[in-house]
Amino acid sequence: MSTIPATPTPATVAPVTKDPTPPPGPRRRLAARFVGGTGSRWFPYVLVFPLVLVLFGYVVQPMFATFAESVGVDGVENYGSFLTSDGVARSSLFTSLIISAASVLLCGIVGVAMAFLLKRFSFPGRKLIEAIILVPAALPPLIGAISFQLLYSETGILPRGLQQLFGTENPVLPFSGIAGVLVVHTFTMYPYFYLSASAALGGMDPSVEEAAYNLGASRVRVWRTVLLPMLTPALVSASLLVFMTSLASYTAPLLFGVDQTMTMQIYINRTNGDLPMASTYASVLGVVSVLFLLGMRWYEGRRSYRSQSKGVAAHRREITNPLGKWLALAASLLATAVLLAPVATIALVAFSADGSWTTEVIPAQYTMQNFVTIFSEPRAFQPILNSLQMSLIATVACVVVGVLIAYAVRRLNFRGRGLLDVAVMLAWALPGTVVAINLISAFSTGNAFSFGQVLIGTFWIMPLAYFVRFLPLVFRSSSAALAQLDPSLEEAARNLGASWWRAFGTVTLRLMLPGVLAGALLAFVHGVGEFVASVLIYTSETAPISVEINNRMYSFEVGTAAAYGMLQVVLIFVVMVVSGRLEGGGRSTREAAKWTA
Amino acid sequence: MIDVTLESVSKRFARGGDTAAVDDVDITIAAGEFFTLLGPSGCGKTTTLRMVAGFYFPTSGRIRFGTEDVTRRPPNKRDTGMVFQNYALFPHMSVAQNVAYGLKIRKVNRAESRRRVEEALGQVHLAGYGDRRIDELSGGQQQRVALARALVIRPKTLLLDEPLSNLDAKLREETRTEIRRIQKEAGTTGIYVTHDQAEAMAMSDRIAVMQSGRVQQIGAPQEIYHRPATSFVARFIGRSNVLTLPVLAATRETVTVGLPGGGEIVVPGPADHGLSQGETALVSVRPEHIGLTSTTDPGALPGRVVDLEFTGMATNLVVDTAGEQVQVAAVEVPAGIAVGDQVGLRLNRERMWVVRP
Repeated sequence: MSTIPATPTPATVAPVTKDPTPPPGPRRRLAARFVGGTGSRWFPYVLVFPLVLVLFGYVVQPMFATFAESVGVDGVENYGSFLTSDGVARSSLFTSLIISAASVLLCGIVGVAMAFLLKRFSFPGRKLIEAIILVPAALPPLIGAISFQLLYSETGILPRGLQQLFGTENPVLPFSGIAGVLVVHTFTMYPYFYLSASAALGGMDPSVEEAAYNLGASRVRVWRTVLLPMLTPALVSASLLVFMTSLASYTAPLLFGVDQTMTMQIYINRTNGDLPMASTYASVLGVVSVLFLLGMRWYEGRRSYRSQSKGVAAHRREITNPLGKWLALAASLLATAVLLAPVATIALVAFSADGSWTTEVIPAQYTMQNFVTIFSEPRAFQPILNSLQMSLIATVACVVVGVLIAYAVRRLNFRGRGLLDVAVMLAWALPGTVVAINLISAFSTGNAFSFGQVLIGTFWIMPLAYFVRFLPLVFRSSSAALAQLDPSLEEAARNLGASWWRAFGTVTLRLMLPGVLAGALLAFVHGVGEFVASVLIYTSETAPISVEINNRMYSFEVGTAAAYGMLQVVLIFVVMVVSGRLEGGGRSTREAAKWTA
Repeated sequence: MIDVTLESVSKRFARGGDTAAVDDVDITIAAGEFFTLLGPSGCGKTTTLRMVAGFYFPTSGRIRFGTEDVTRRPPNKRDTGMVFQNYALFPHMSVAQNVAYGLKIRKVNRAESRRRVEEALGQVHLAGYGDRRIDELSGGQQQRVALARALVIRPKTLLLDEPLSNLDAKLREETRTEIRRIQKEAGTTGIYVTHDQAEAMAMSDRIAVMQSGRVQQIGAPQEIYHRPATSFVARFIGRSNVLTLPVLAATRETVTVGLPGGGEIVVPGPADHGLSQGETALVSVRPEHIGLTSTTDPGALPGRVVDLEFTGMATNLVVDTAGEQVQVAAVEVPAGIAVGDQVGLRLNRERMWVVRP
């Protein structure tokens, strides 16, 4: 213990010496602002300005161009057609909405049931199903729709097979029209419900449920008062997602011949040369999609239940009843067959000789010729080259812009940050058909963002469309990777003397790389499979694989079409394996697949 | 080695509204000194350190390293070595690569760099760990790598942002003496941020106690402990009773106050206490500076025991004297003392101190 001086000195602050160095000259100050890094007040704007220009020029401004197009000639009449009771417009809007609502219901039932069965019960075959449960959804939209058509339509494998089995006159249980569309939607979109419900179930602290039992609640009551309310946020966001995706769906109505939907009307009006009416449909669909996007962001920002403790993992109930065990095994096998059927069908048909499949259950003749044709005929190989090239260009642009936007949104503080975030997600929320119409409206004449060039009918409109559509994938995966990264790592590099660029390059970007790569691969694959926007803007020189597939289907070259599809499927599975290998890539991929922040 | 000066430094965050995270702070840190910014969370200590590092620029005021004004100098031009709370080691680099990062930027040649990395690792007792991956190290080892990485560039100042808060209690005590030793050996000025007053007392040459963005007191540990400037400092450093007592008389350096049970006592205080007769004074007295005696002892403060707990080294009591609850830590207590007993309190007036609110 120290002794106290007789006269304690009050706490004082040493006097400050005057600064002998003159303040830096204006030139140095200006330079410091730009190299000054994230601490400088101006730095965020220097970085963000070009990004804002890109988003405005290629996402926002084209939207307004479409709206201008829709009201330019006969605007009142265009929009008025949505109000008249007997018009195509009105019934298309209703059909789209009804299909979407029905899709939500069906996907909800299938997805939640699957989540409960797989997360809460343990039975033979469970692991196998969990491994392949996302396979149908992983197919490119066109390939998925084609495989379902080949399987379940009137000329499909299953109805024909049943017809032969029972010896009936007509195919048994064929799906056509809206029912067919709903089958496709259910199979390709239930994963939204499955993923969010199983994540919610997995993240739920089982002790919460146990607490309810402990307090005397019956099983039904626990369900009603605890489990369901806790699942609600997950189910609501999945519903919104499925609704939006269904609304944007184009390939299913196309292949099952449902003309009176919004997306089909956009396509029909565009191919009939009525751009103002196509723009009107696109504007209405765009507005609805944006409203859903905003609704979703609002809802997700409002509520979410996370388990507070790390506790024990959710427990699975073992099925012990022998009969139940057998039933479960049989159901698992059936589910496996159903889940793998689309890919199996494409693979099977890919080896069938064109024109050999008429009334048989499955094609009669098999050959390698389809693949030989694709790789040996320059004209048949061209679409593959086109798709790879256009998708690669788009992906590179997505990476540059997506990474920087993710950095700006996550790490920088500037006015309008939220708007930037929304602008990226806008590109994601807009259906592919709407994106295509927007670009047509904006770039059928030259403007500042196309450097005065007309882009429609050129090569560049295609990669631009892919860029707009898949930028959010790279943005989201980069953003997820950044969220995992402690900002102090970059600060440590700066503290040790690295300039902003050097710190970004050697530390931040380097550590984001797996996530960025995962997102880039995803964008690339989506680009290679892109159909919805392509079909509205391609020219004969720039036809991508999917357009070629569609054309081959029209000319009944089903085998060749499926062979192209098979190549895409192989590419997708290669990419999925690579992404899974990337450190943290799986997480980024999942994050990229989500829609909102 | 360089002295660091903060002149009326304030920081307001645009989104935080009007409240300042750091409000008009004046600090001069002498070259080679180990200086601690101490305070509860949200007091502005980390913001202050980050302004010294250059991660934030002050809203107003100046920061100087020696005679150089560095107020708006970017962090990479400041030559400070910082140890982050979570260490911020680069996970994609080995231990040696982490330590060499700053040298590489300074374009130190490879042989020299290797030598200095070895030396720095030796200094933190991690010689031979150069090729390890970061995730192969324990928390304490990571902490030392972070220290080596900051020191190897021979920074003008070493900045430490709660570097011990992620370590367990025993390791914390070992490491704090280590840090102190290394800082003295390296001869660099050290600025240390912590919320742990015991840590601050044990390590620092001087401490600035901060609250709500303002500096409450700057001084050596003993000075802050025995002569707290404000009631906040008295309560934050160790435990203290801050009694509100009427001023009966005042001189330049003492105040005579009346006690609750009658009687009066002359208490030392700062020269600028500014109190005069008729006002009330805040007087700090620590529990260990109050002795127990019998109620009959003349000059003792009578009271009743309302709580009592035996901790081994001392007995902690709460004694009610005329409505005021006083904490007492007594080494000697009468045998059989119990809650409800009447006791007398003897205040050690030499150790009492007049504080500001």
